[in-house]
Amino acid sequence: MSFISIIFDKQVGYLQNLPIKQPEHFKDLNLDQIVDEITTGWQKYDLKSFFYFPLKDLDAIEYRHNVFRDLETETFYEHVNLFADQMRKVRKYIELIEKFFYIEQKEIWFLYAAGIYCDAVKNFSGNLSSSSIKSQGFLKIKDYLTNYSLSEDFISLADDIKRIKEDLAKVKYQIIIQEGSFTVQNFEPGIDYSTEIEKVFEKFNQEAVKDYKVEYKSSPTEMNHIEVKILDFVSQLYPDLFSRLKNFLINNANFINEIISSYDREIHFYISYIEHIKKFKQNKLKFCYPQIVNKSKEIYSYEGFDLALAQKLNKNNSRIICNDFYLKDKERIIAVTGPNQGGKTTFARTFGQLHYLASIGCTVPGSKAQLYLADNIFTQFERVEKVENLRGKLEDDLKRIHSVLQNATSQSIIVMNEIFNSTTLQDMKFLSTKLLEKIIDLDIICVWVTFIDELANFNEQTVSMTSMIVPETPALRTFKIIRRPADGLAYAMAIAEKYKLGYNNIMGRINK
Amino acid sequence: MKSFLMFKDRDFDLDKILVKREKKYSRENIPDLGLLLPWNHQELIQDLGLDILFNAMAEKDNFIYEDVKVIILNSTKDADSIYYRQNILKDCIKNEVIVRDTYKLILETIEKEKAIYGWGFLKEKPDSVLHQARNKLEMFSEMLFKLRTIVERNENDFDSEGFKRLFKMLKEELSEEYLDELNYQLNELKFKDGILVSTELGFGNKGTNYVLHKPPKDNRKWWERLLSKKLDGYTYEIHPRDEAGARALSELRNQSINLVANALAQSMDHILNFFQVLRTELAFYVGCLNLCNKLKQLKEPICFPNLFSSGKKILSFSELYDINLALSSGKKVVGNDLRADGKDLFIITGANTGGKSTLLRSLGIAQLMMQAGMFVPAEKFSAEIRDSIFTHFKREEDTAMESGKLDEELNRMSEIVDKVNSKSMVLFNESFSATNEREGSEIARQITNALIESGIKVFFVTHQYEFAHNFYERNINNAIFLRAERLKDGTRTFKIKEGEPMQTSYGEDLFNEIFLKKDDVNN
Repeated sequence: MSFISIIFDKQVGYLQNLPIKQPEHFKDLNLDQIVDEITTGWQKYDLKSFFYFPLKDLDAIEYRHNVFRDLETETFYEHVNLFADQMRKVRKYIELIEKFFYIEQKEIWFLYAAGIYCDAVKNFSGNLSSSSIKSQGFLKIKDYLTNYSLSEDFISLADDIKRIKEDLAKVKYQIIIQEGSFTVQNFEPGIDYSTEIEKVFEKFNQEAVKDYKVEYKSSPTEMNHIEVKILDFVSQLYPDLFSRLKNFLINNANFINEIISSYDREIHFYISYIEHIKKFKQNKLKFCYPQIVNKSKEIYSYEGFDLALAQKLNKNNSRIICNDFYLKDKERIIAVTGPNQGGKTTFARTFGQLHYLASIGCTVPGSKAQLYLADNIFTQFERVEKVENLRGKLEDDLKRIHSVLQNATSQSIIVMNEIFNSTTLQDMKFLSTKLLEKIIDLDIICVWVTFIDELANFNEQTVSMTSMIVPETPALRTFKIIRRPADGLAYAMAIAEKYKLGYNNIMGRINK
Repeated sequence: MKSFLMFKDRDFDLDKILVKREKKYSRENIPDLGLLLPWNHQELIQDLGLDILFNAMAEKDNFIYEDVKVIILNSTKDADSIYYRQNILKDCIKNEVIVRDTYKLILETIEKEKAIYGWGFLKEKPDSVLHQARNKLEMFSEMLFKLRTIVERNENDFDSEGFKRLFKMLKEELSEEYLDELNYQLNELKFKDGILVSTELGFGNKGTNYVLHKPPKDNRKWWERLLSKKLDGYTYEIHPRDEAGARALSELRNQSINLVANALAQSMDHILNFFQVLRTELAFYVGCLNLCNKLKQLKEPICFPNLFSSGKKILSFSELYDINLALSSGKKVVGNDLRADGKDLFIITGANTGGKSTLLRSLGIAQLMMQAGMFVPAEKFSAEIRDSIFTHFKREEDTAMESGKLDEELNRMSEIVDKVNSKSMVLFNESFSATNEREGSEIARQITNALIESGIKVFFVTHQYEFAHNFYERNINNAIFLRAERLKDGTRTFKIKEGEPMQTSYGEDLFNEIFLKKDDVNN
């Protein structure tokens, strides 16, 4: 059988090699929160490992982009979801059957499960054929389902179900209930007593009165031994039909096709993501298909945002700020400086998230983006000091960054957030400069949140971006990070302006 | 089966709510009586003093009190319905004892129904629904039989269309054969020999669409036949210790009789409903009988009014008296006579405490009673039917400042203007006097002009000379000016006569009367 998967274009490291653990940078970039949120409600599909597995080549990413594009067609998306719903129901019924005590119940629910499965396959196969899908992924599924649904096995399965169901619907019988016993008999026509009673009292009818019917909401999945006994008697009234029902279970134990089953799991990689970003799109946030590059290191992103933060803010109904960035020519390193709480860390995370999401073939936050397909994303965020850790914090930082640099290649991305804080400014400058030189040597794309302005103006490979404040009210954060020289003055100046102590203020005051 | 004692062709649709208020279902919200009343009922009751009338009719029976309150305040605009009720009321007066006996029988039925243990707090099972419905229906069957007996004995004494129809219907519908059939069915529903139910396989192969089969009349044979066919079916005996099995079987039995129990319980409700409607409709006439007896004792006249359709501008009466004054003082009071056909505007001026407000109230009450289908407190009364009646009376002085009071008055007026139509009538009592006379007169003049030109009938008691005089001067022929009579020596006769508005209301007389009397005492 040829390899058919809706999420992988070719059989590379599939299934056997899918990671169970999240990548190391997940926590620093808050990607763990994002993936948790995306997969919430879809636990049964065990989707996380799909999100833990970045793709290695452009074709694999294109393969997923095209599937996402097909799913943008609303009606087609509905068809895909309809199939998923029906398969969920099938599995729910199968779970039920395992719990049932009476074989009589297992038999009928098994028939139902198989019936829904057949309907689902027929429906979806038809819908795939009538949709104008373009992605290789869906085209392969379509071909497979077409052949499958025309196979002899499948057709006879569907026919069996249909006939047994029809015959069951025709079953009629009567019960005589007496004190302590009951008798099940063949049906004989009689007069409905309740309409008879209504007739006797018809003349008194006024407008609608209270309904005295007691609602019997007994679950269809529950049966007591009396009901089972009655069903048993009914099966003796209709022996042929019920032996067909029994044989159906025996003969069709594993009716779900393997390819269909794995498609059903994999498609939820897309569905879960689409459903997740829907909430943000409703709030006018944008998502785009990023251009993926692996040779050039020119990248850009417009109106990107931190998806994890957006999740939080969405719940509080507050608005998230979008930011832009780009690197061109020889530019490799973005040094982010500026006041605290200004959105610097968020910016760094966004940068990492966008690249990671792009590497798993998803759409990314933003209106337009070109992103680099890295072999690995390394992060270096401040860690809480561990008591049992005998090394000092600075030492820890250095050890970690050392190991990063040993593993990083020129195709890696590094995201760093205020490291070397636990030393003097002098030391900090020294260490940072050394580290920067190494990164430049490796030609690595890097975002570095730092206090040290010098890094921003190091050479033509470094770019300076700073967080913005509102001059009149410095306490108010804009969370905007823009390309601007790091002069270390913006914040201080704003406060000065407020107290009329800016240069011009003072000149003006004095000259009066 | 419908009683139709309020309208020829439809139920008195307010009864449901009255019954619910009365029954006081512990778990149902008691509906607000206000929902059944016109928006301005509080003003009408307060301004016309209607509570005295309602109480006299109710004789401490709260149900009758609410019943007559709703009926009188919701006056009907249709002459046929008014005549229809007048005739029924005439029959009631003629056959008071029979009507009161029937009413008593109905009350007894309703009481007995309540006494049969009602639905508890627990969710009932069809079994107990059926059991209770059967008990109640057996009681109803007995009472229906008594009702038919009353009808058969007395039907010839009644002349009105309403009663004739009701009696004919009761006789036909509650025939001996029918009541026998009913009793037979109630007995069958005991299901002494078990039940036979047909069913189908539903979702999950569970039984569904349970249809209980009617047992044929030759019950015994049917059962023997069934038992003899035992070979055809499969029988299961539940072990005496299998409690779960017994419960499941009883559940199945309950499910099977669910629809029949429902049908029976609904029939029970329908019959109860029939009794309740009959009670609600008769209660009004019982209230009228109570009132009639009281007025007879006071030797006050009553008459059934002559009706004219709206727009005919008819109003004439003789010995129209204030029924509330009579009832509360317990003696015969002064009546007034008037012939004022063709008039739209009635301006009543004259001496203080000379009977102006009394006349205004009498007119309002008579109109309401007439349009409820009742007799009116007068020797003769002819009037046109109006769509709605509004009162705009000067309110008691409260703590509000003068300007606030005028605000309040104008606000009330504005509400009325929202609701009036060309067939309404509006009673003013010293309105717009919360300001100086010139301004008050001008407001009153403009409002009154607008109303009468719209076809509205206006009765205006006023001390505002400018206002009254202005209309008098204009000499318009659809206005009439009435004045409280004062004899030359200052005595009030409490008679209202036609007369030109005067500049004084003889407040001086009142002053003298009170002060001089005091002086007498002092001397």
